[in-house]
Amino acid sequence: MSRHVVAAARDIPPGGRKLVTVRGRPIAVFNLGGAYYGLLNRCPHQGGSLCEGVLTGLLQAPRPGEYVYSRKGEILRCPWHGWEFDIRTGQSYCDPERIRTRAYPVEVAAGQTVVEGPYVAETIAVTVEEDYVVVDV
Amino acid sequence: MNVQIRDIQAADPAAGSRMAIADGDIHPARKSDRELFPWLAKRWQDELAGIGQRYRQPYQSGPAYPKSQPNAARRDAVPPGGGKPGCDLPFMQRQHLDPNNVALGILNPLGAGQGLQNPDFCAAMCAAVNEWQIAHWTSQDSRLKGSIVVSYEDAPAAVAEIRKWAGNPNFVQVMMLSRTGEPMGNRRYWPIYEAAAEAGLPLGVHAFGYGGHPITSGGYPTYYIEEMTGHAQCCQSGLTSLVIEGVFARTPALKLVMIEAGFAWAPSLAWRLDKTWKTLKQETPHLTRAPSEYIRDHVWWTTQPMEEPEPREHLLDTIGWIGWDRLIFATDYPHWDFDDPATALPLRISKEQRQGFFLDNAKRVYGVA
Repeated sequence: MSRHVVAAARDIPPGGRKLVTVRGRPIAVFNLGGAYYGLLNRCPHQGGSLCEGVLTGLLQAPRPGEYVYSRKGEILRCPWHGWEFDIRTGQSYCDPERIRTRAYPVEVAAGQTVVEGPYVAETIAVTVEEDYVVVDV
Repeated sequence: MNVQIRDIQAADPAAGSRMAIADGDIHPARKSDRELFPWLAKRWQDELAGIGQRYRQPYQSGPAYPKSQPNAARRDAVPPGGGKPGCDLPFMQRQHLDPNNVALGILNPLGAGQGLQNPDFCAAMCAAVNEWQIAHWTSQDSRLKGSIVVSYEDAPAAVAEIRKWAGNPNFVQVMMLSRTGEPMGNRRYWPIYEAAAEAGLPLGVHAFGYGGHPITSGGYPTYYIEEMTGHAQCCQSGLTSLVIEGVFARTPALKLVMIEAGFAWAPSLAWRLDKTWKTLKQETPHLTRAPSEYIRDHVWWTTQPMEEPEPREHLLDTIGWIGWDRLIFATDYPHWDFDDPATALPLRISKEQRQGFFLDNAKRVYGVA
C-alpha cells in the first residue's frame, strides 16, 4: 500500500464525490457527511461506473407491507442494474454472501503532512494551505 | 505521489483492442417530439404536442410499472447537454459505439407510435419515425441500421410502410412490439409477415407494447419485476401462436428475431410443443413439421437481458440447444438493464462461437456485409 493525494478536501464537499485514478485504478471517492469512502469504480456484476450511482438507504421489509428504511445515504446503487453496495464496506446487498466491491481506505490529511516531495512543485500554488484527500492503494 | 483526477465518463483506453461486435438492440430517443414535425402533418403535430401518445393500456399517465431507473435508462447515459438518454448521437458514439467497438448497431425505436389506439395517428407516427431514423441516425453513422416501425394493428397500413422502404439500405428489419392486440399468429397480421418476407427483411419482435392485455395470462401483476419476467411469458405466447397458426409453414422465407425477451426458455417451450404436437396433430394439420423445427429454422434471439444461471456454464448447454448460430448479442443501450459486451458472457467458448455470437450471426440475419 502506498498513499496518494487525489484531491483537495474542498473539492469533495459533504455529499460530493469524485472519480480519481490511482495507479491505473479508477476509484470513486465519496464524502458522506465529512467521512470519506473509496470504492473501485467497477461494479462487480457487469462493470458499471459506481461513481455515477445514486446514494440511497437500506430498504428492508420484515414481512410484506412493512417497510424499514435505514442507513440513509449510505447505500450506493449501481447506475446500470441497480445492484446495491454498502458505501462503507463495499458489501453487496444483492448477494451479500458472495459479492462485494473493492473498498479502499480514504482519509483526509493535513496539508503540511502530505505536501512533501514532488507533489509540492505541482500544486503548491493553490493547495498548500488546504487539507488533502488521500487514498491508500 | 501521483495526482490524477479524471473526469467522469472519460474514454476507456482498452477499447481499441476489443473485438468488433454487433449490437442487436439500441434505442435511439428524440431530443423532443419536434424532431418528428418535418414528417408529420399539422393535424398530427397538434395531436402529439397537445395530447400526446395514448396507448391501449391502463395507467395512461405513464408506463404501467416503475422502470427501475428514470426513463428506464442507465443513469450514466444522460447526455451532457441534457435530454433523454439515447437522444444524442455524438454522446452515444463516445459512450457506447466507439469504446465497445460496435460495427453494426440495430436501432429499435420505442415511443414510435406503435400501439397507439388511434390507427391513423399510429401510422403517421411510424412513418415519421422511419424518416427520422434516416435523417438523424443512419445517415449520420454508417454503423447504425434502422428498423421499419409499422402500425401492426392495421395490417394494410403496415404493409404499405414496409413496401415504401423495401430495398432501402438504411433499414434491415421490420419491427413490431410483442404485446399485440391478438396473439401474433392471428390471421389479421399475416399480410405484415408476407410483406416482410417479400422485402427480404427479418421481422424483429421487441418485448413490450400496448395490446391492452395484462403482461401475464393470470392478470395484472403488482411489481415491475413481474413485468420484466413477464416479457418471457408474453413472447412465449407470441411465438407459440406464430408457429401453431402456421405462419412459418405458409411463409417459409420469414425470419423472426425475438428482441429482449430472454432466450433460455426457448428449449423448454420447443420440447413442450413437440410433445403435445405429436398427440394433437389432427388439430393443426397445416403443421407438417414439429414445432421445434420451425423455431430452429426461423427464429433468432437477441441476448440481452441475458439469463445469469449459477453455475453460469448452464448457459453453454442452453445456447447449444438453441444453436450457436442463432444468438445475436445486444446491449439495450441506453437502458438500465444494459449488457456490457466485456462482461455479459463470462464463459470459455471457441473463437468461432464468440465470433458468431458477438458479430457474424447478426450480419448474416440482417444481410449486412
